[in-house]
Amino acid sequence: MENYLIAMGVTVGIYAVMALGLNITWGTAGMVNLGAIGFVAIGAYTSALSSIGLDLPIGVAMIAATLIAGLAGAFVAATTAGLRSDYLAIATLAASETVRIVATNETWLTNGTDGISGIPGPFRAMLSPLQFNCFYLALVVVIAACVYVLMQRLSYSPFGRVLRAIRDDDSVVETAGKSVLKAKVAAFSIGCGVLGLGGALYAHYTSFIVPDLFVPLFTLYIKLSLLIGGIGNNRGGIAGAFMLVLFLESTRFIFPYLPDLSPVQVAAARELLICAALLLVLKRRKRGLIPEPNDHRFLPTHFSNNNKNLAH
Amino acid sequence: MTTSSIVLPTIGLTLIFAVFRYLNFALMAHATLGAYAGFVANTTLGLPILPSLITAFVVAGIIGYTSDRYILRSLRASGTVTTAIGSIALTIGIENLLRFGFGNTLQGYSLPMRRDWWFEGVRIAPQQVENLIIGLIAVVLLFGFLTYTRAGKAMRAVADNRPLADIKGVNANRVYGWTSFLAMGLGGLGGMLLGMDTAVDPLLGYRTMVSVFAAAVLGGLGSMPGALVGALIIGLCEELSLLVLPPSYRSVIGLLTIFIILIVRPQGLLGRRT
Repeated sequence: MENYLIAMGVTVGIYAVMALGLNITWGTAGMVNLGAIGFVAIGAYTSALSSIGLDLPIGVAMIAATLIAGLAGAFVAATTAGLRSDYLAIATLAASETVRIVATNETWLTNGTDGISGIPGPFRAMLSPLQFNCFYLALVVVIAACVYVLMQRLSYSPFGRVLRAIRDDDSVVETAGKSVLKAKVAAFSIGCGVLGLGGALYAHYTSFIVPDLFVPLFTLYIKLSLLIGGIGNNRGGIAGAFMLVLFLESTRFIFPYLPDLSPVQVAAARELLICAALLLVLKRRKRGLIPEPNDHRFLPTHFSNNNKNLAH
Repeated sequence: MTTSSIVLPTIGLTLIFAVFRYLNFALMAHATLGAYAGFVANTTLGLPILPSLITAFVVAGIIGYTSDRYILRSLRASGTVTTAIGSIALTIGIENLLRFGFGNTLQGYSLPMRRDWWFEGVRIAPQQVENLIIGLIAVVLLFGFLTYTRAGKAMRAVADNRPLADIKGVNANRVYGWTSFLAMGLGGLGGMLLGMDTAVDPLLGYRTMVSVFAAAVLGGLGSMPGALVGALIIGLCEELSLLVLPPSYRSVIGLLTIFIILIVRPQGLLGRRT
């Protein structure tokens, strides 16, 4: 039971990192990323392959994962950021599918659908499973805290203000002489880098990855945690990750009590619940548990930037 | 022969984009829904193929109308990003609803077995020819509907210039209803054709999504003739790619097309600049 709870803690931490990554692109800059999971996959594979194949230390492998996922994000954003956001939606979805197809077919590199097993975890050999879980939980918490501080600094820096201004009205930003395109590409790339880091954390924890893990449903999980917590707000992302795992895990305990359901049906019903929850949250358009704070304390409420949080 | 199975969903996607100015990622889930509706009509109720196809169209259309009216319409007010995420959630939701009901197993229609035809050393399955003919008939009917009927004209008016259509007293909500019904119905019909060509399972539509989006982007989002041309080119390229690429890389054609078109000519071959 301790192991289970600690494992859930690690999962919360990993989701929190991913939610923070998504928050800067979606919450702060208002850019859609339907292929978030593709960048998570890039991070997971990069880190796994460089620590197994190139014998890099795990820390270095994780940094490499962050950089490569960030570069991939920069490429996708650079091709589409100047276009309507519909195109970014298609491009991101296409990008994540590309990653999955390449991971499935390039067997020499990724071992195809068999996946990569035996991904090293930090000090896994020296510790008992329980100790390893505790250590990894601490590691994930520290990394999530670092990412949180960085993202917090970033979103309240001048760059972060430019991003929020782009989200609310990009023609105003253009008029003020800022390069909308550059800021968008940078935001998207940073976000994808953090998603990649989340993927790397996942890979080294579970020690096993397959292409089929990285399906669009996973993207919805990350989005849902951000929506529950409060989009545009870094603390919200973390609170949301906690709520999401609680929700996901509680469904795991309910369904076995329902009679006459096959395992496939149980899995389908759980995914269905997630989708329904996401649609409901989107529809109610609440500002989440922790709404985004205002930049200016004395702004009249109807000027508050929260009103247009999702309006892109 | 890929063309015959992606042309109808591509037209559905384009129709929605032309009228609503947004992308409905849930279209391919409705294609799967249509395939299953046709499957139930064909095997459980024992109907012949033609009535089953009509069932696929009507059921997918009605569900498409409902999902748009009650789920996506309220999301559209809050912007493209929200709608895109919502339609992805809807896609996975529908997929799992079907998985809940029918399981993951591959299902087939009860079709008469027929010998393949040979033309000058080229093998052609009669089913594919029939699919092409059915697809063409549906396209002709749709273009007729858009050109001659009042509802079709209203749809084109809203697509062309929404404020003007509004001033002229076109009931936008009714047009939206018609559009969702027709587009999702076409998606469902296409899904069943796809299922007749291969087999039916909950991921049927999702697997074809990339090809359909690539065709729509290539032709130019929102352009109906563009959708036809795009589906034709993507279909041909995917078939021809089998000569040089392993079959598992077929969808790379669509993915590459999407990226190249977005970089080189975002408005597509026949689309207007957006």
